[in-house]
Amino acid sequence: MNESMDFLLWARGTAFDVAVAIFVIGVIIRLFEIVSLGRANNLAEPKGSEFGPGMKTIVTRTLPEAGVFKRQPLTVIGGYVFHFGLLISLFLFIPHIELFAATFGFSWPGLPNPIVDAAAVLGIVGLLAVLWHRLTNPVMKILTEKEDYLVWLLTFLPLLTGYLAYHRLVNPYPFILGLHILSVELLLVLFPFTKLMHTFTLFLARWYNGAMNGRRGVES
Amino acid sequence: MADPRTKTLGETLRRHGVSRRGFLKFCTATASMMALPPSMVPAVAAALDKASRPSVIWLSFQECTGCTESLTRSHSPTLESLIFDHISLDYHHTLQVASGHAAEKAREEAMHANHGNYLVVVDGSIPLGNPGYSTTAGVSNLQTLEETVAGAAAVIAVGTCAAFGGLPKAYPNPTGAVAVRDIVHDKPVINVSGCPPIPMVITGVLAHYLTFGTLPQLDQYGRPMNFYGTSIHDRCYRRPFYDKGLFADTFDDEGARKGWCLYKLGCKGPMTYNACATAKWNEGTSWPVESGHGCLGCSEPNFWDAGGFYNALSIPVGEVSRSVSYAAAAGLAVGAAAAGLNSRAKAKAKKNHGTVTVDDLEKKS
Repeated sequence: MNESMDFLLWARGTAFDVAVAIFVIGVIIRLFEIVSLGRANNLAEPKGSEFGPGMKTIVTRTLPEAGVFKRQPLTVIGGYVFHFGLLISLFLFIPHIELFAATFGFSWPGLPNPIVDAAAVLGIVGLLAVLWHRLTNPVMKILTEKEDYLVWLLTFLPLLTGYLAYHRLVNPYPFILGLHILSVELLLVLFPFTKLMHTFTLFLARWYNGAMNGRRGVES
Repeated sequence: MADPRTKTLGETLRRHGVSRRGFLKFCTATASMMALPPSMVPAVAAALDKASRPSVIWLSFQECTGCTESLTRSHSPTLESLIFDHISLDYHHTLQVASGHAAEKAREEAMHANHGNYLVVVDGSIPLGNPGYSTTAGVSNLQTLEETVAGAAAVIAVGTCAAFGGLPKAYPNPTGAVAVRDIVHDKPVINVSGCPPIPMVITGVLAHYLTFGTLPQLDQYGRPMNFYGTSIHDRCYRRPFYDKGLFADTFDDEGARKGWCLYKLGCKGPMTYNACATAKWNEGTSWPVESGHGCLGCSEPNFWDAGGFYNALSIPVGEVSRSVSYAAAAGLAVGAAAAGLNSRAKAKAKKNHGTVTVDDLEKKS
């Protein structure tokens, strides 16, 4: 009789605890694994420094590169629009900030809801654009694996259900709110085992790329 | 003087000195609450004027009498309370004069005389854990309910305990409490939830029954759509502040004084469906959010277990900080162990590392 409310309570209770545990344990183990493995002992004589080029590459690989933009404008624009839309929706929506405050004990100011709403729409549009690009561009088709579609779906569902819940487009509200929370839990559970880990490893990886090239004395 | 049992509602109201104008005002308000067009007001008035006294049996189970308090002492004398007076309340623990065998006899007589036509109002949940947890005259609540409902026209579950189990059903539910709908399947059950429900809503349901002789349209929780059709959040006068991102952070900060949104202070308005924001309480004086306190979500199932009353709706039910700390500690421990194994493997590889000269290679080939 009370299914949708029971579902919401389960999503906000047991399911959330399980998902957070898998996420936190998984991410920490994977970071430990990456850092503790270290690098193979390179016996070749270094031809340049590592630190400077590494730091430089963190910046250059974060900003769009002119050549890539000319060849694949949709990759660059869609990627930026979707990432900013997602990050704004996730970190600057006041109900989300309340969750972070309850978890970590500190908070930050949020944005008015209509701005977050617009960001969420941009995020959804950006994600649809990159999916379309993956499905139609021949190069992207070759590069795309099954995991890419999984990761796309895991990212898309929280944005979509969040939009539906915020605009109260599905009745009853507890059901769609529960679905939104559940979709985030699915994301959290699969996060450590997929390329979603790039959220934590991207700067490390960029530094490493730059540092390796610096050591070999080539530009990156 | 006519027998009070056969008197119509119109006669009762006139005897209490209610003018025609006052009666029509009430009919207009009732019609608008029932989401009927203004053209229906004369029909509502005519039907209510001629409505005869329905027999009502009120059963109180695991409850706190707050629902009865809400209905009888809210703001009398009003037309709502007169409607309430008009019904032939043949059995009600708290309100009836009779007690003991006489009281039970009154219930049996009413059931017999009005078989198939009387209404049963239930407040309180029914314990299934042990029949002895709640009894009346030595009879378990379950038995009383099943007996009484057998000849009823319909059942009105008043209050969240009767509608959804309420406080008795809250974790860990020691008495095995259930709602009326979990037991009564063969009769229409209307859930008038709320802790307590708005008095106007129960009289509205009665008025609907008196006017049309039918029960109102119900939502997925069995509640009348005309009262529970929209959420508190959607009808809240503080909603513009939510949309603008203006929130009170404490109960006495600037935001609270300016009447900003109470979401951060735990308001459950977004998930709560009730008429508080429009019907209000205490003769339309105010309602919880207007008085500066967030909605508790009292008209929703399991609201006692839906996390802290002062936690924002987006905060999980459990101790999320603690889960994260434990998980982080576990992750660190396993991660450190893995790192130890890795460094051992690396040290072993380094130890076994042999050098090869050009001469060695030439020898082999």
